[in-house]
Amino acid sequence: MALDKNGIAQRIAQELQDGWYVNLGIGIPTLVANYIPKGIDIEFQSENGILGMGPFPWEGDEDADLINAGKQTITALAGASFFDSATSFAMIRAQKVQLTVLGAMEVSESGDIANWKIPGKMVKGMGGAMDLVASAENIIVAMQHTNRAGESKMLSECSLPLTGVACVKKVVTDLAVLEIDPERGFILLERAPGVSVEEIIAKTAGRLVVEGDIPEMVLG
Amino acid sequence: MIRKVVPNAQVAVEGIQDGMTLMFGGFGLCGIPENSIAAVRSTGVKNLTCISNNAGVDGFGLGLLLETRQIKKMISSYVGENDEFERQMLSRELDVELIPQGTLAERCRAAGAGIPAFYTPAGYGTEVAEGKEVRHFNGKPHILEHAFDAQFAFVKAWKGDEAGNLVFKGTARNFNPMMAMAGRITVAEVEELVPAGTLDPNSIHVPGIFVHRIYQGAHFEKRIEQRTVRPRA
Repeated sequence: MALDKNGIAQRIAQELQDGWYVNLGIGIPTLVANYIPKGIDIEFQSENGILGMGPFPWEGDEDADLINAGKQTITALAGASFFDSATSFAMIRAQKVQLTVLGAMEVSESGDIANWKIPGKMVKGMGGAMDLVASAENIIVAMQHTNRAGESKMLSECSLPLTGVACVKKVVTDLAVLEIDPERGFILLERAPGVSVEEIIAKTAGRLVVEGDIPEMVLG
Repeated sequence: MIRKVVPNAQVAVEGIQDGMTLMFGGFGLCGIPENSIAAVRSTGVKNLTCISNNAGVDGFGLGLLLETRQIKKMISSYVGENDEFERQMLSRELDVELIPQGTLAERCRAAGAGIPAFYTPAGYGTEVAEGKEVRHFNGKPHILEHAFDAQFAFVKAWKGDEAGNLVFKGTARNFNPMMAMAGRITVAEVEELVPAGTLDPNSIHVPGIFVHRIYQGAHFEKRIEQRTVRPRA
């Protein structure tokens, strides 16, 4: 069965490593914070200017001066720091932030990502996404394998305006975990519990490499 | 000590004219200069180019200047939460330039740091890079981006003193420090204006040299855009 949003987040959380600073995008990526493996220390960065972001505040404790990049009220954990926007993107461009997790509308087999603009529709803007994908050494995309029309979002080339080129390293969808090898395309690593390799092949439009037996994901 | 205090928002915005480029600090509705926005609205100046990460919401923040059609062009990274903005953008009454958030911050910082331009990897290979010089450093492509030039910068701080020194609270800092540095005339509104000597010089976020006019805002609504909480048991 295909994973739900929480399942995708849970699988991505397994990629977290002790001591990492991590930036989570809006949507499914935000849910990753709910599944940090026991025994490891992670600090979340939000690009509007906080390291050490904590959970939502208790009802009544919300503070207009304490929000995340999704404009949601949050809390600051012990050891947190606040900083301005230039400092925030300094740490992003200089790769002090080890992992960026973000959503996408399309990903290409060479690691291009499109997630900010659909021609003909109201464009809201890229926010910090272009800075994040241009600099992060480790980018994981969290998304559905297909769009609402059932069309693959895993393509040979993106059809939508790009957010960044050759930057995505890994994609976790409701169906599979895939690595991107710029030479070979999408490498299938794992499939969601009960999802067949055939279904993943059918729903991946870009070049897909399937080698040997593909294990099922193991979720907590 | 050089005194920067002005009596109120109306005096603080004196000198703004039609067609000027203005910066407004804030991220979403967090840390926006509410009182200066209201005063700019009252002046009735038009054809403004506004540099701000976001464009407010309907009826609040820069949404107030959109309502009165005072803005000709917005330069922002994300403009999602505003119906009037969308209407003006789609009808082409409003010109919009979208740029990556880190580039927006650095173009402000560069302006305040005497650096005319810089290279950044953000936007390479996308429509943001169209027409811009590309140069490789350490094997990686970068695009040339230029410092902004704004006649006025309006920022909001938590505390400030008579010398123009500013201290911010929480994530309300965001774009305010580098916009304060960037403005040819920087106007700071603060929740609490204190006498010189009250703030610890070790804890100043923006030195008063960057601030030309400072005043205590008459009223702060500090609206929350997305109220997210954990229910108490």
